[in-house]
Amino acid sequence: MKFAVKKGWSNGRARSGVLQLGSCPFPIQTPALLLTTRKGLPPFISPDLLTSSLPSPDSHLLQFSPLHFLEGISPKTISNIGGLHQMLSLHQHIFAAVPRDSIIALPEHDSTNKYGASFQTPGCRLLIKPAEYVELVSSMEPDFWVTLADEVPAWVSNKRNRTSVDRTLRWLDDCLSLNKESTTIFGSIVGGSSIEERHRCAQEVAQRNVSGYWIGGFGLGESMDEQAALLTAVTDDLPEDMPRHVSGLGLPEEVLQGVAAGIDLFDSTYVYHLTLGGFALTFPLERNKGENADYQLSDLGGDDMKINLKATVYRKDTSPIVESCNCFTCQNHTKAYLNHLFNVHEMLAQTLLEIHNTHHYLGFFCSIRKAIEEGKFEQFRRNFVESRRDRLFAAASSA
Amino acid sequence: ICTFFLSNQVLGRFNRARAAQLTLPHYLCQTPLFMPVGTQGTIKGLTKNQLEEIGCQIILGNTYHLALRPTSELIDELGGLHKFMNWPRALLTDSGGFQMVSLLHLADITEKGVTFQSPVDGKPMLLTPEESIQIQNRIGADIIMALDDVVRTTITGPRIEEAMYRTLRWIDRSIAAHKRPNEQNLFGIVQGGLDPVLRDICVRGLVERNLPGYAIGGLAGGEDKDSFWRVVAQCTAALPEDKPRYVMGVGYPLDIVVCSALGADMYDCVYPTRTARFGTALVPEGVLKLKHQAMANDIRPIDPMCECMVCKNYTRAYIHCLVTKDAMGSQLLSYHNLYYMMKLSRDLHSSIVEGRFPEFVCKFLQTMFPKGDVPEWVCNAMEVAGIDISSCCHEMKV
Ligand SMILES: [Zn+2]
Ligand SMILES: [Zn+2]
Repeated sequence: MKFAVKKGWSNGRARSGVLQLGSCPFPIQTPALLLTTRKGLPPFISPDLLTSSLPSPDSHLLQFSPLHFLEGISPKTISNIGGLHQMLSLHQHIFAAVPRDSIIALPEHDSTNKYGASFQTPGCRLLIKPAEYVELVSSMEPDFWVTLADEVPAWVSNKRNRTSVDRTLRWLDDCLSLNKESTTIFGSIVGGSSIEERHRCAQEVAQRNVSGYWIGGFGLGESMDEQAALLTAVTDDLPEDMPRHVSGLGLPEEVLQGVAAGIDLFDSTYVYHLTLGGFALTFPLERNKGENADYQLSDLGGDDMKINLKATVYRKDTSPIVESCNCFTCQNHTKAYLNHLFNVHEMLAQTLLEIHNTHHYLGFFCSIRKAIEEGKFEQFRRNFVESRRDRLFAAASSA
Repeated sequence: ICTFFLSNQVLGRFNRARAAQLTLPHYLCQTPLFMPVGTQGTIKGLTKNQLEEIGCQIILGNTYHLALRPTSELIDELGGLHKFMNWPRALLTDSGGFQMVSLLHLADITEKGVTFQSPVDGKPMLLTPEESIQIQNRIGADIIMALDDVVRTTITGPRIEEAMYRTLRWIDRSIAAHKRPNEQNLFGIVQGGLDPVLRDICVRGLVERNLPGYAIGGLAGGEDKDSFWRVVAQCTAALPEDKPRYVMGVGYPLDIVVCSALGADMYDCVYPTRTARFGTALVPEGVLKLKHQAMANDIRPIDPMCECMVCKNYTRAYIHCLVTKDAMGSQLLSYHNLYYMMKLSRDLHSSIVEGRFPEFVCKFLQTMFPKGDVPEWVCNAMEVAGIDISSCCHEMKV
């Protein structure tokens, strides 16, 4: 793996970089979004659509949880097939193994113990030990993988939080010593909502021989206001020339906050949850131009960021979700058709919407990179947050 | 009266089997052909581009469902079903009657039409032949079906006769109600149960009306296979050469091969997509149950000979770990199963055109019945179709 920050700290901590990973022939520009998958594929986008309907190489980063494969297929079979790239026939995509996914593998801190991390899955509760995890990961041959962590929610006691850091560090060492081949490892950093513990964990992990850093423990009950300080506590202690990946920051504002703290890679279930609920992202991607675009008001079931395609107002709406969007869905289908598909619970609804939402969110990351490269990231972020506030205010006063 | 602009020029034939081009307003189709069922204007998570790649020529929409949601008025207002779902190729809608009789317990058939309880507000509603046509005119499919009086094939007695005559009376009301004969082709449906005399009366009656195409209805409802193929054989023999023949609700790959040998051209069935939902793949040998534990370590594709996107990329082991748990499992299996049906349609067409239809049928039967245990009804049907399959039926001939 190669990683280089393009423009040092010219935008505060926000940075734009280039990531080059083994299987993907194209360099990936950061900050970047990793697409959420179930068993290696986006939940509703089949592999042919993944390559034909989403921008390349932006859509080539895929996050997956090795735990998804504990049922139904053995590590030995995956290894026989030749790993995940071969099994999914996605040879030019980047697979990043992260144990937790916030959908079907949720960290379950109550059942986690000194032997291993516990996860709640739809079928059962799983306890996975570092040795099992490393074996699982090595059968899949991901492009990089994140070490096992004891993730705790924001409200746990200081004592539990300390334990979580101790365990995560111990498991990191276990993972490093168990790892036999030359793989790319991201060391896990936790610490819950304690600035001190975040520092302690980050400083320790920074001393280990890893290729990048994964920051866990977000999206687990902390407030958005807390996030900034916790993130900077971590990035303060990390070397600048290695990538930083965070899970659980999904909202556009959270992403902007993460970028401002110096995060390079994001994975979240934001797009997945929007899609399940029938919400389509509509916020303008070009801040300077689209400032006065039409915003749907909250009584239509959406807000200034998104619209709810299930709402009756779209029954006869023959326009695409976003007029200027060049995704497959907007190029081919109307809101009226999507509204119908959601009404009759047809699977194509989610497929088409996931394509648009993913496309749109990748576009958002593209705007972020552009802003950083033009040295205007803080302005971009401020505009985004302020215009959102203005529109929410306008919506509230017109309601 | 209906203007006939549908040309079904016969390209090639082998005895009764025919390969033709069916020119519809939105697509030039090759027959024999299988029509996947897209009940509500979509098929199992597949995009329009995927359906085109698979080779779908005509998609079937269910009038009953579309009339409920989003309603035929809305479809009409938005420019018709083609535009609504952005499907550039052909569409066919059924009359809606079958759905009512099979889905709603309280449907009651009188001379006026089908009375049923509205699933929306529980009020009694009436679907007349005129109304069915009106709704289908609004939906705008290339082929529309006349309302028929559907009875289970397993029922016997005077009800069958009543239904057949009523179907004939209703066809005249349907023809009279049809407002877009230059854009939509109205097909009549042959009824008459398993009674050859009634079927004969019905075929003659419909042929007199000179419709653009004819369907053979009331089959695939649990009748024995020998009765099934005999009805198909009788109807195809009596229907005009130059019009398409559509066997409704069929079906299984084997049934399609047999019916095509007997001179049928079009088929529809939910089977390929429904069975995909339960984790079953269609393969030349029959079916492959991906849920089966043996699949968990099987690193072969579903069908090593299949050239579809799924078989080119995925192992049985991976599909096994997706099926029934993840939406993607049924999406990928539906893709493969529809591809299989379209490939079968193409193979039927080209083998007839290229004069090697008997060889194709034999190969098909040999693969499906490697022990030579071809069902007797298939052997009987093939005899009538004039296709020698003795080479695939070792045991039976001994
Ligand atoms: Zn779009
Ligand atoms: Zn296939």
